[in-house]
Amino acid sequence: MRRIKILEEKFFVFLSAFMTYSLITVLAFIILVIFIKGFNALNLDMILKTPQGGYYYGGEGGVLNAIMGSLYIAVGATLIAIFIGMPAALYINVQLVRYRRTQNTIRYFLDALWGIPSIVYGAFGFTLMLFLGMNASLLAGIITVALLISPIMVRTFDEVLSTIPRGLHEASLALGSTRTETAFRVMLRQGFSGFITAILLSFGRGIGDAASVLFTAGYTDNIPINLDEPAATLPLAIFFQLGSPIPEVRERAFASAVILTIIILAISLSARIISKRYSRSNLK
Amino acid sequence: MQLRRKIFDKITGFWMITSLITILSLPLIIGTGLYLKAAPLFDQQSFFSLIFSSQWAPSKGEFGFWPFIAGSLYVTVLSFLFTLPVCLLAAIYLTQFSSKQLIKVMHPVIDVLAGLPSVIYGVWGILIIVPFVSKYVAPVFNTTSSGYSVLSGGIVLAVMCIPYILNMLIEIFNTVPVGLREASLSLGATRWESVKHVVIRGNFPGIISAYGLGIAKAFGETIAVMMVVGNVVKVSINPLDAAYPLPALIANNYGEMLSIPMYDAALMFAAFLLLVIILIFNMIFRYLIHKTKRQ
Repeated sequence: MRRIKILEEKFFVFLSAFMTYSLITVLAFIILVIFIKGFNALNLDMILKTPQGGYYYGGEGGVLNAIMGSLYIAVGATLIAIFIGMPAALYINVQLVRYRRTQNTIRYFLDALWGIPSIVYGAFGFTLMLFLGMNASLLAGIITVALLISPIMVRTFDEVLSTIPRGLHEASLALGSTRTETAFRVMLRQGFSGFITAILLSFGRGIGDAASVLFTAGYTDNIPINLDEPAATLPLAIFFQLGSPIPEVRERAFASAVILTIIILAISLSARIISKRYSRSNLK
Repeated sequence: MQLRRKIFDKITGFWMITSLITILSLPLIIGTGLYLKAAPLFDQQSFFSLIFSSQWAPSKGEFGFWPFIAGSLYVTVLSFLFTLPVCLLAAIYLTQFSSKQLIKVMHPVIDVLAGLPSVIYGVWGILIIVPFVSKYVAPVFNTTSSGYSVLSGGIVLAVMCIPYILNMLIEIFNTVPVGLREASLSLGATRWESVKHVVIRGNFPGIISAYGLGIAKAFGETIAVMMVVGNVVKVSINPLDAAYPLPALIANNYGEMLSIPMYDAALMFAAFLLLVIILIFNMIFRYLIHKTKRQ
């Protein structure tokens, strides 16, 4: 009996270790494959030039249009998300602080909202666009992505705000400040690291999302200047170039994938560093 | 001075509450918008025949979503089967058996991987999985396959969902009180036994929820699946055949949908269906998680 138990133990410890290490290998393998494939095709032209004539048949040029388009959309969407997400998170943690149940219910709905796939946001953005009589444009893309990332912004920011000690909040009220003053002058400052992390996370999600901008932002070889012009995006650039039968163009898709991966890695790394640095000076 | 503060209070207070209400009403607004767009479809076909008919001929006005729903289900179930043992065992190893060092390194890595855009996983799928399936898997079963298949879709989805599910499982397992495990060990149970009886059984609702949310994520995933699954309208049980999941249908046809009558309504119906199914999934499993957290 004892032997079977020990055998079972050994077997499962081995099996779970095996699964873990093979998982690590596979995940490392993904990054490695993307980087090796992509760096072979990556050059300065890819980053600094827009597509020239015959680009999609292997001609000169790069994906600067997509990089800029993605940045424009992600920055615009993040600004809108800050505008509606930041006050919403503050409201949950200041005005509703006495109502535990309401707070939890709201968090629950926000979490559920987080799970809605981006293609649904894309389809909704498209109907909204038709309804307002807009064309596929930078503005439509920005609005759709803003809807997609707002719940993420609120929930991440809220997670940090909820750890701020209640005493700080009460001290501010006791000194005679109003609730909104407490929210913007005390809570926002105290939760600033969380605020920055929330911004970076939503930004990263916005820049990498393809399905929501597929209908709404369109695609173009130029860098958009006005809000009503269509805009190319990096994920879609990867997707379209990969569909090409010409090997050179496919190579460029891999290079674009490396560019996107590096952008995402840089964002999540800086989010980590910033949240560490700022939270050190916080009251515990 | 008092007045200025009062006005500031009123304005910002209004701003805060409107923002919150806007965000919370988002699913309702999206749902209504999509439903209104899809409504003309219900005059032509019943809800039942929309979902279970396999007649798909948009130019003739026949919209049967079964091939797409079946495709989505098939890919999702396959990915679930792949993630089930891997995530559970890896989470157990990382939280119970391994050194503290390993999990310290792994946690940020998993976090980063969960944040990688799906198009990157799609690129990886085309580079590795598709050729692998057509060169090595298909010959084993004496068939040929282009590699763009349900199996490839399932594998890519599984790899995408692993960081997401693993993250939740690690978080759940880390909440098990050390004392509970020590009590079990002191009664003479082996480490595996205490994992089996204390960690797994005690967190059963949490584990189910983690997988449920993973399934919901997989069901709505678009770009990565669309890149490797082949996109052919048919119902087949052979995992080496191509399929056409629901999100891929929406993403592939938005260009033509305004030129064929009712096509746009049909695609918006597909989006509505996705929204409802995934929202229900999320509501149920998030509820389980919230409930276990409060205990």
